[in-house]
Amino acid sequence: MVDLSVRIGDVTLANPVMPASGTFSYEVGNIIDINRLGAMVAKTISREPRWGNPTPRMAETEAGIIQSIGLPGKGVRYFLDHMIPEYKKYTPPLVASISAATAEDFAAMARDVSVPEVDVIEVNISCPTRDPSGGNFALHTEHTRNVVSGIRAATDKPVWAKLSPNAGDLVGIAVGAEQGGADALVISNTFLSLKIDTDTFRPSLGNKLGGLVSPALKPIVLRMVYQCAKEVSIPIIGLGGVTKAEDVVEYMLAGASAVGVGYAAFRNPSALTAIIDDLEKWCERKGIARLSDLIGAMIDEPPADTMDAAARPL
Amino acid sequence: MIESPFFASQPDRVGEAPHHAHLQAAECECVVVSNDWVNEEYKLMVLDAPPKALGVRPGQFFQLRCPSPDGAEVWTRRPMSIYAAYPEQGRLDFLYKVAGRGTQGLATAKAGGTFNIAGPFGRGFWLEPAWKNIVVLGRGVGLATMAPISQLAAAGGVGVTAILSARSPSLAMSAELFEGIGAQVIPVLDTDGTSDVGNVERLIEGLIADGRADAFFTCGSSRLLALMKRLGKAHGIPGQVAMEQIMACGYGACYICVKTFEVNGERVLKRVCLDGPVFDMQEAVGW
Repeated sequence: MVDLSVRIGDVTLANPVMPASGTFSYEVGNIIDINRLGAMVAKTISREPRWGNPTPRMAETEAGIIQSIGLPGKGVRYFLDHMIPEYKKYTPPLVASISAATAEDFAAMARDVSVPEVDVIEVNISCPTRDPSGGNFALHTEHTRNVVSGIRAATDKPVWAKLSPNAGDLVGIAVGAEQGGADALVISNTFLSLKIDTDTFRPSLGNKLGGLVSPALKPIVLRMVYQCAKEVSIPIIGLGGVTKAEDVVEYMLAGASAVGVGYAAFRNPSALTAIIDDLEKWCERKGIARLSDLIGAMIDEPPADTMDAAARPL
Repeated sequence: MIESPFFASQPDRVGEAPHHAHLQAAECECVVVSNDWVNEEYKLMVLDAPPKALGVRPGQFFQLRCPSPDGAEVWTRRPMSIYAAYPEQGRLDFLYKVAGRGTQGLATAKAGGTFNIAGPFGRGFWLEPAWKNIVVLGRGVGLATMAPISQLAAAGGVGVTAILSARSPSLAMSAELFEGIGAQVIPVLDTDGTSDVGNVERLIEGLIADGRADAFFTCGSSRLLALMKRLGKAHGIPGQVAMEQIMACGYGACYICVKTFEVNGERVLKRVCLDGPVFDMQEAVGW
């Protein structure tokens, strides 16, 4: 019997696999067994209803899909009154994801969703397509620290800050989020991208810019998780390019405590539960009794003989 | 007479898909029985499919995992409504136009190979018991989508008039299938001008005058949708349209496949995958 459970601060997850925000809702209960997930991550909500971005909202590229949805939703009131009761038909912890245009509204939103049914607040300060120019809080250390500290003061719920891979100094921003009082980091949101239709000379997406989603992101985000884990002491949820159990293992070895899965569930609707099954089998095969022992367990020092070889003259 | 797999014994509506039935939609491995050209642009893929896939209702769709046409990855599944399902034979048919990378890859699937589909997804067509005669109007690849609902209606004793629109005689498909179920088939073509909106309007007006149009069904063309919508509104005839949109997940989570609809005078966005793909014709703005 393998212990797949992990702890993210005070929250215990039955296993480290959860959906990425924006790729999941209670409506998928007709295709997968939601109760098997490590957590339920709701789609990001804003205070007022939003239509989101113009179509087309997705285009395929050689190395993945780019997408620009623009956070459509029915607003925080509808989330509280109509969506939370649907989520609470299932058992995994509920992560409410919030977005706002100002630090003040972020704090107010955090207060609004701090209801008993919500277990965690994910603050989406990094959506690359909410603002048409791709700007967001998570591109700057100061803005990140300020917005997170305002949210921290507004709620007692665990706060997970979702960071942007488009920032120049991601490690500095991760430290800023920790200083602001985040309980965990979600690394990362999508990579700001562009595709142009060579027949029409127009951008392929209605919003022009979109976020790249692809297994190709995994090595890059894995590196980011590794670098951030060295500098912060709060848990990290790795998010980018996970399609199989070994990818979860890689993220955990790099220092993540859990992972989010997005694209893989587009390709195979049952990807998350399949990854959880495979993760258990992988642990059995490797004789690993407690999965959480893998967190940060990458062996950093190169083997001594490699060092010898590198030092030897040609 | 082709057997009908779709005869659901629901009290008021016939053929309507159960919404959000637990674990209803799933991935399954099928075997390609054949995948042959039916004319210079369209292919018919016949799959040997497991029973859980064969509960599909008219207008519902599957997400097909298309092989790569060029060595590069095809990143998302391609949504496709069924052309026919034969539960007794374990057979599922898809009629498709080879157009983009997904269908180009689909065209390379070889008989005997395995093929992964997910579904069935979405809300399909339905029939009200009061409808004794229906008119289906399909153009191009939209014809495929109209076949199962026509079959369901005919099997239930409902009269079906099928207006099949195509660019040229060689691209006119499915006439035999529609005739085989007992539908009255009216082919209209671009090459002889019969597919012109004015002519199709005269044809439909004639059917209305003859009492053969209790409900309208369409797929595949914005101008034919606009025509049916206008005639439906003028004569108080209900209608359903099957929509298409670029799609990623297929089950309502990602909000990529939204389209604009008009509900009670207000413009709203709905997801084609979960809120549709079949919608009330009067709510549709464009195909």
